[in-house]
Amino acid sequence: MMVTKRRQPLPLAVLSTGFVLLWVFMAAFPFIWTVWGSFKVEQDFFSRDSWWFAIEGTRTIARTGSAFTGDGYYGAWVLRDFFSSVINTVIVTVSVVVVSLTFGTLGGYALARSGYRYTFWLLMLALVFRAMPHITLVSGYLLPFFEMNIWGYMPTAIIVLVAINQPFTLWMLHSFFLSIPKDLDESAMVDGCSRFQAFRLVVIPVMWPGVITTGLFSFLLAYNDFAVTAMLLSQPNQTMVPKIASFLGTVQQEGNVMFAVAAVVSATAPLFVLVLFFQRQIVSGLTAGAVKG
Amino acid sequence: MPHRAFFAFIMPSLAAMLLFIALPIVSVAVQSLYVQHERVVTEVETCTPFSGCTKETRVDAEATEKLRNDEPLGRFNGFGTYLDRNHLAVTEIGAILSDNAGFKDTVARVYNLPFYRALAFTLTYTFVVTPFAMLLGFCIALGVNAIPPFYKGPVIFFSLLPMIVTPLVGALIVYWMASSQGILGATLQVLLNDPTLSLKSSAVLTWITLLVYGIWHNAPFSFVVFYAGLQTVPHDTLESAMIDGASRWERIRFVVIPHLMPLATFVGLVQLMDNFRVFEPIVGFSAEANATSLSWSIFNDLRGQVDQLFGSAAATSMLTIVGVIILLSPVLVRTWRDFNRR
Repeated sequence: MMVTKRRQPLPLAVLSTGFVLLWVFMAAFPFIWTVWGSFKVEQDFFSRDSWWFAIEGTRTIARTGSAFTGDGYYGAWVLRDFFSSVINTVIVTVSVVVVSLTFGTLGGYALARSGYRYTFWLLMLALVFRAMPHITLVSGYLLPFFEMNIWGYMPTAIIVLVAINQPFTLWMLHSFFLSIPKDLDESAMVDGCSRFQAFRLVVIPVMWPGVITTGLFSFLLAYNDFAVTAMLLSQPNQTMVPKIASFLGTVQQEGNVMFAVAAVVSATAPLFVLVLFFQRQIVSGLTAGAVKG
Repeated sequence: MPHRAFFAFIMPSLAAMLLFIALPIVSVAVQSLYVQHERVVTEVETCTPFSGCTKETRVDAEATEKLRNDEPLGRFNGFGTYLDRNHLAVTEIGAILSDNAGFKDTVARVYNLPFYRALAFTLTYTFVVTPFAMLLGFCIALGVNAIPPFYKGPVIFFSLLPMIVTPLVGALIVYWMASSQGILGATLQVLLNDPTLSLKSSAVLTWITLLVYGIWHNAPFSFVVFYAGLQTVPHDTLESAMIDGASRWERIRFVVIPHLMPLATFVGLVQLMDNFRVFEPIVGFSAEANATSLSWSIFNDLRGQVDQLFGSAAATSMLTIVGVIILLSPVLVRTWRDFNRR
């Protein structure tokens, strides 16, 4: 604990607490407001008269008889088939996480255990790859994928996301495996295990904390991606984020912005749950990269 | 680890990266040298008994289609695409430089060229959002560090939300609130007493909204890293600074900040890389009329309803990659030096 904390003079304490409160409000309020508003009709959430309508739900009561309505959710999930894009998202994110962790643990382990010079260059190369904007890579994929006739399918998008994810996964797991003592797998090899057996029997059982943390970030990348999924998936294979983007164009003209609001809230909910349960891992993952990198 | 075992372990990962990151870069480089075929035009002579014969040109749709199918890359154009009006605009820049009415006019006319317009916003976003988000994150970290431990968990929970949320979704949430019928936009109208005020109407306001959104979105990352760093500030150094009579500010300035400097470099580097590819906020805020970015230009070329402009997108991509490498070069050079010293 910092020493400064104990003897903070009152004005400074008030100022710093006030600042933290203000920040928490700024960080949380947009989400609370949108979740609340998603249960109103459009004339309330986007009120021309006063935003107080969104709190009381004046028009919502007038239109539906109750202060809350699930119309937006019904419209998005049932009428506009948001449901199928949710299923697609589950398929894509789960596959991306599983495959990129498999590739990443193998690669990260190798990088952490090899003492040769080229590991350094591979890590540097990964850093450069990590910096490539995703959309520039997408512009490289499109034409070849059209020609090979593999555009629009989920496996294509999955393997692309896995590849884009690799640099980060490699860096994270590399630094994690460095923290597992070398002696552990070397003594297993002295006892007669092959390199792969040592990895499977000795390293895998102790690697889960690092793998879970890395997996969270792989999940976030796959879940939050827009550039790749929007450009590489055909309409029926779309995941949630491009689906929301496609809502915007069509829905705004029909006056059903609330569909999009409901879809946005639906897409944010899993992230809330994720942060709720894995806050510690996310924080440690963010800092692990920083402290070691 | 012997070479063989090493490559066996890293093969899947390396193959994925080479196939889907390195090869696409090559593909982009090749594509940028080509442009799509022009339409095949045929001359048709129609003769009528009274008015004689007229020649007219028609687009031969069938032949065009066939040509495009046979050679999907298009025709070779060399560096033509790089130099045209939509990219580096060499002739236009030359004309502007040789004939202009002062500095302001030059800037305004250069800004009207699509590539420079996108570049201007991308660079502004990168170099405004990164430092401000880091500063805000640092202040939050200092603040959170001083509150009772019981409240830290919930505060960190809410602080993570702006960062963890899908960028497009986060942008939409803020956009809806900031629209003139949303709570923020309406409140601003009342506060500034201007009922026609709309954040979308002027370029300046759109830029400010996007920058504020960027800071909101990026601050939590710096906060988390700096907060973790604050836990490791050496107690003894702080105490001896106090004994030497350092004020609270001086302790932060001369003990805490130097201690966090390596972390700040790391955060800065990651943020620069991420902010340089700013893209989703522009889609979310529908801000393309007033602000475009390099990533957005590529997206826009690829999304074209009639023709996807692969060549144009590829040229912008190559220029973006050059930008990324310039941004990264200080780090790469430094790492190279460190590595050689070892």
